[in-house]
Amino acid sequence: MSEDVFIIGAGIHPFGRTPGLSGLQQGVFAVRQALERAGLAWRDVQFAFGGSDAAGNADTMVSELGLTSIPFINVANGCATGGSAMFGAYSTIKSGEFDLGLAVGFDKHPRGSFSPLPADWGLPDWYGETGLMLTTQFFAMKIQRYMSLYGITPHTLGAVAEKAFANGVLADHAWRREAVDMDTILHSQMVSDPLTKFMFCSPGEGAVALLLASGRKARELGLPAVRLRAAAVRTRPPGSFEVFSPALDLERGGSPTSVASQAAYDMAGVGPEDIDIAQLQDTEAGAEIMHMAENGFCADGEQTAWIAEGRTRIDGSLPVNTDGGCLACGEPIGASGLRQVYENYVQLIGQAGARQAPGRLRLGYSHVYGAPGVSAVAIVER
Amino acid sequence: MPDTLPVPIADGLICPETEGNALFASRERATNRLCFPARPEDDPRYERVLLPRTGRLWSWTIQRFRPKSPPYAGPEAFEPYAVGYVDLDGALIVEGRLVDVAFDDLAIGMAMRVVPLPFEMTDGTLRTSFGFAPDKGVGA
Repeated sequence: MSEDVFIIGAGIHPFGRTPGLSGLQQGVFAVRQALERAGLAWRDVQFAFGGSDAAGNADTMVSELGLTSIPFINVANGCATGGSAMFGAYSTIKSGEFDLGLAVGFDKHPRGSFSPLPADWGLPDWYGETGLMLTTQFFAMKIQRYMSLYGITPHTLGAVAEKAFANGVLADHAWRREAVDMDTILHSQMVSDPLTKFMFCSPGEGAVALLLASGRKARELGLPAVRLRAAAVRTRPPGSFEVFSPALDLERGGSPTSVASQAAYDMAGVGPEDIDIAQLQDTEAGAEIMHMAENGFCADGEQTAWIAEGRTRIDGSLPVNTDGGCLACGEPIGASGLRQVYENYVQLIGQAGARQAPGRLRLGYSHVYGAPGVSAVAIVER
Repeated sequence: MPDTLPVPIADGLICPETEGNALFASRERATNRLCFPARPEDDPRYERVLLPRTGRLWSWTIQRFRPKSPPYAGPEAFEPYAVGYVDLDGALIVEGRLVDVAFDDLAIGMAMRVVPLPFEMTDGTLRTSFGFAPDKGVGA
């Protein structure tokens, strides 16, 4: 019988830009905050998984946190770094090897878009040289086709961004904390048609730390806890449409998100209709729309009505991206997936402050997606 | 490739015998699956094939800002350009620049064909890349 796994504490370094602190230092800040809120000390932590995409080696934070000789495993898994760190911590506790551990993710990216090198992604130089290797183009072309197939309009894209910034105003860890109106969103600079500047998130900075414990340990500590019912990381199936693809198979298939989502529902023994709150990858406004369907919450095309009716707002029937998501928080790659789990944790234990979703929240769902086609889904239960 | 076209931007990308109007791909012998760009010619698991020269626009966008260098190696001066995926008749959906078309005229499903695309590198030299242009001979 494998162990139940609980999240018993969480810390966050505010997202955005913090010129005085390295990404690693923001990671240390998040770990200290998680420990302090839980009333625990670093010496109580038996193991750690952590990582960043561009801000250094997580395990070097022991020089600041304390030389307790614990195993500290660095995770480098691109956009799924945070999700993979949590999966590592989850599996370790589930196996019974340890009963209290840490998952930490942090990052610090320079301004502007990411600048990937073709060789790092197994692609020829010409693909980058001729201006085809941009994540923004991929997201724009995925939603462009989706809008054409399912009759979704730019107004629905704008409504998603408007909601994100409205939620960000209420989230003390968000980067963008000013509301942006629909007109401004729709008429801001076009970045990659049909997506404007305010429909895209920006690479940024931030850090998140989660403390995970076995059921026995969680009961012993008596802290506010949520049970991690599922943690699934999945790579792309045949026929998916991914970032950095010079060509796509004619026969279209599922997505890493649909596969990870199904795996997580199976692990948890629940379905999308049971979920009370969701944090979905919103690299841009269209991604949130498509991911609502890929994660099973609605059928393709139903998003127009869902969003017009406000069903994904904080006071709606399925609040989505209650802290403003990537659009309001920015995207520090290593921290982004853990921020979603942090948000579900504080929502489920009723400590989300001004952005607290109403009613009893039992099941929280989080989904991160990134290059070159990887998704991580977690389901937590209060 | 005729004398009028500059040196290809990569080997094994554009078929020289078609005046730049067709792209190479590889067919995996075991599965028949096509892949683009083509694999190295000496890989025995694949055979080199030519992709169809025409197809339909599958999706598109406009690149409105100059991409970062590296990897982008175009000129410093920047003009927005269109990018899209074209479903090459029953073979593969291939990504490339869209040329000879006004941005406002782009529409999913429009007929397209492969064309050679002179590409100016940052240092001013010219290379031949590929793009897709509206296939005027075919009705939308």
